[in-house]
Amino acid sequence: MRQEWYGFNSGSWMTDVNVRSFIQHNYTPYEGDDSFLVGPTKRTLELWEQVLELMKEESKKGIIDAETSVPSTITAFGPGYLNKEKEVIVGFQTDKPLKRGIMPNGGIRVVKNALDAYGYTLDKKTEEIYSQNRKTHNDGVFDAYTDAMKKARHTGIITGLPDAYGRGRIIGDYRRVALYGVDFLIEEKIQEKKLLEIPILESPDIRLREEISEQIKALKMLKQMASSYGFDISNPAANSFEATQWTYFAYLGAIKEQDGAAMSLGRVSTFLDIYYERDLKNGTITESEIQELIDQFVMKLRMVRFLRTPSYNDLFSGDPTWVTESIGGMGLDGRTLVTKTSYRVLHTLYNLGPAPEPNLTVLWSVFLPEPFKKFCSKVSIDTSSIQYESDDIMREVWGDDYGIACCVSAMRIGKQMQFFGARANLAKALLYAINGGKDEIYGEQVAPMFAPITGEYLDYDEVMSKFDQTMDWLSELYINTLNVIHYMHDKYNYEQLQMALHDINILRTEACGIAGLSVVADSLSAIKYAKVKVIRNEAGLAVDYEIEGEYPAYGNNDDRVDQIAIEIVERFMNKLRKVKTYRDAKQTLSVLTITSNVVYGKKTGSTPDGRKAGEPFAPGANPMHGRDTKGAIASMMSVAKLPYKHAEDGISYTFSIVPKALGKNKEERIDNLAGLLDGYFHSKGHHINVNVFDRETLLDAMEHPEKYPQLTIRVSGYAVNFIRLNREQQLDVINRTFHER
Amino acid sequence: MSVKGRIHSLESFGSVDGPGIRFVVFLQGCPLRCQFCHNPDTWEVHKGTEYEPQQLVDEIIKYKSYMEFSGGGVTFTGGEPLMQAEFILEVCRLLKPYGITVAIDTSGFIWNDYVREVLEYTDIVLLDIKNYDPRVYKKATGVSLSPTLRLLDYLRENGIRTWIRYVLVPGLTDNLESIRGLSAHLDQYPNVEKIELLGFHKMGEFKWKELGLDYQLSDTPEPSKELLAEVKAIFGTNGKTVSANI
Repeated sequence: MRQEWYGFNSGSWMTDVNVRSFIQHNYTPYEGDDSFLVGPTKRTLELWEQVLELMKEESKKGIIDAETSVPSTITAFGPGYLNKEKEVIVGFQTDKPLKRGIMPNGGIRVVKNALDAYGYTLDKKTEEIYSQNRKTHNDGVFDAYTDAMKKARHTGIITGLPDAYGRGRIIGDYRRVALYGVDFLIEEKIQEKKLLEIPILESPDIRLREEISEQIKALKMLKQMASSYGFDISNPAANSFEATQWTYFAYLGAIKEQDGAAMSLGRVSTFLDIYYERDLKNGTITESEIQELIDQFVMKLRMVRFLRTPSYNDLFSGDPTWVTESIGGMGLDGRTLVTKTSYRVLHTLYNLGPAPEPNLTVLWSVFLPEPFKKFCSKVSIDTSSIQYESDDIMREVWGDDYGIACCVSAMRIGKQMQFFGARANLAKALLYAINGGKDEIYGEQVAPMFAPITGEYLDYDEVMSKFDQTMDWLSELYINTLNVIHYMHDKYNYEQLQMALHDINILRTEACGIAGLSVVADSLSAIKYAKVKVIRNEAGLAVDYEIEGEYPAYGNNDDRVDQIAIEIVERFMNKLRKVKTYRDAKQTLSVLTITSNVVYGKKTGSTPDGRKAGEPFAPGANPMHGRDTKGAIASMMSVAKLPYKHAEDGISYTFSIVPKALGKNKEERIDNLAGLLDGYFHSKGHHINVNVFDRETLLDAMEHPEKYPQLTIRVSGYAVNFIRLNREQQLDVINRTFHER
Repeated sequence: MSVKGRIHSLESFGSVDGPGIRFVVFLQGCPLRCQFCHNPDTWEVHKGTEYEPQQLVDEIIKYKSYMEFSGGGVTFTGGEPLMQAEFILEVCRLLKPYGITVAIDTSGFIWNDYVREVLEYTDIVLLDIKNYDPRVYKKATGVSLSPTLRLLDYLRENGIRTWIRYVLVPGLTDNLESIRGLSAHLDQYPNVEKIELLGFHKMGEFKWKELGLDYQLSDTPEPSKELLAEVKAIFGTNGKTVSANI
């Protein structure tokens, strides 16, 4: 046995790259409470003060600094420090903390525009290279896009596509670097490449051989980067510090190389806990030292930055990076995967205060230890900084070593990646169905021409049949668009390091998404159960609707309309399943909008549910606000009915409640929230964001942002610093249903 | 043909009307006219939506898992729920096989055979005692105190778990002598598990205006923390459990 592995139980992990096996053979489930936790060390606090100062300055200026000439790679920058004496965990993306790097492989125009927006100028030479000598992902995509794709993108029926920057939503198994050291991983890649010396090399094999070579290069660069900080990561980590630092280096390499929308961390807490437990037993570390490692690791994760354009921030407000860490859950053998380090990571929200990143995600199971449930519930009530996802649903599909990428996308760590596909606007598609394929705002023919609906009142069967036809067209166009994007991304902006931390044979998912589900469900319900009159403009285009009578609205646990929502998800998913995908990716679907529900609403005309043109959609799978009248649980029960098997990329629900509606005192609130989560997940809910605060707090924060530097709020699948939202988004959050009775 | 109920509204996530997470049924109709009422829209007997007992049961059992995980159940409130005791009785009978626990939030003013039978199905009574001084009680509610105290006796005789609720309204129900009297009175009731002291608030004021009713407490302030603490201490004499949001 390697000396670094001293004291570990043996298993198949010793000969094959298999982190799950290592965890299962070595971890210590923890069923106790939070009383062992300790506060931050002095140097952690001092360092955090410095970070807060920097962040304050950043908040004023927009960004602290940006690189203007050297494209970011794993080794592009020498070591960077904030305060060398106080930093226990080291490493920044560029040479300075919070300084943003540039990654032009995704597209040079976005880099140039983003720099311009913040008053920086892209170096002429760099611009020239990426315009004339080195083709980018963005250029590749636009060379191949069809007219129909460009049109759909322009009207916004398909939007948020990763065609000009990194696609993200890929999680490298960063733990492998700590457990095996880089040399072992390189050797394994070399062996695997040898297996591809076959008689007839076809293009998939050629591509794979090239990719493996790229991966090996990236691993070598990772060693070089770590060595610039004075560490040799060729060999496995030998102790708690090294395990934490090695894991962070691996992640750091990934965020130096890629600027994907979501750069998630995976599921590292329980892995690291094994090292901490071993060192605690050996007497070589104290609880305070362990918490310091975690606090400082998390501090670094809070400082991840990417250069984005202001228009990107309109879509995804608050500068999110989705450094998602998945915590807890249950093992396939029935033992809980909660360890003391699950607590320690959540405890950073007290030691360092609340924050949107890392995106702390608790994998909830009704079988989790009761003290851990209570602890999570307490953290939610105190900080509104965590989200919950159903381990009981996902474990069935993905096993017990998956992590969440971005908001709600589960993937087996190191064994699966996704082709991120943003989302299609189904509310707009419904309007296309009514208008014969014409866009209700631009008046252009976007979908193939078919007869529009001409009657004064909408007929359910007629609308459904045309909507079905529209979804046929949309699903084909959508998948083909994604095929173009991901073909080009693999070609021009391949994730060398992240993929080096994956197996060779992986599952790829084609992660499609939908926006506007509650608008569509309510619209169809209105057409079915009330009377909807069409208002047309001079050109005959349906531009508004009048509802006569009442209709059951989604969000009241009423099957008459909830079944419509279920039906739409299933129907659209089945259409996607029929279309061939690049690299045979498995089609999946999310019901998730992030904060872009505001932008989608802006780009969509009036809808038959009574929503007026330009008004926001509900976020994710949420009911439209104000229409859920039977209280919090009825609302979440409608969402819980949506079928995960037809939405395996996740179903997002955001829940906001005022403290006193949770119970009369803290203890009752903790119990009730834990009971609420148990009930929701028992009812097959997939995801829930929990916000607990008074509307008045948010209003006050709008007026006096300086008083609330760390006020964190969960929006779709992530959290934001409330004061960094724009005014429109702040109002949208405040106007949303707050359960207050 | 079973009796129909008149329902004001349903709340799927009740967390303040009894233990755990509760499905709360707000029934229409109330014989009291409390000056500090925050649901005056539930007074009128003939308003609300009609429900068949089975229809309401179908709605309630959708939430069974939440009740089980949190130790909750269903709470009938209003209005005065026992004005529709016959309907509630039928709902309780239908709920019985599901093992869902029942709480009744009542002023104790109504008494009849249906009420007696409903209590056989009731796991916990939230008894609102608006005041212990009969004159103040009459002034605050428009009706007399004695039925409430008789119900309290009945609950003791039958060993039914009881929580007492007391709304503290400055200038109206903050008569400390009577509160001491009530506290001493409650000492004789081992079935009383807890006293919930609720601070007066004006969140229902807009409803009075919408209904064209004259709200007399517009100038009444919410009770101070000191007053709440003082009253809490009085109720807590002899070790009774008192909850108050101070």
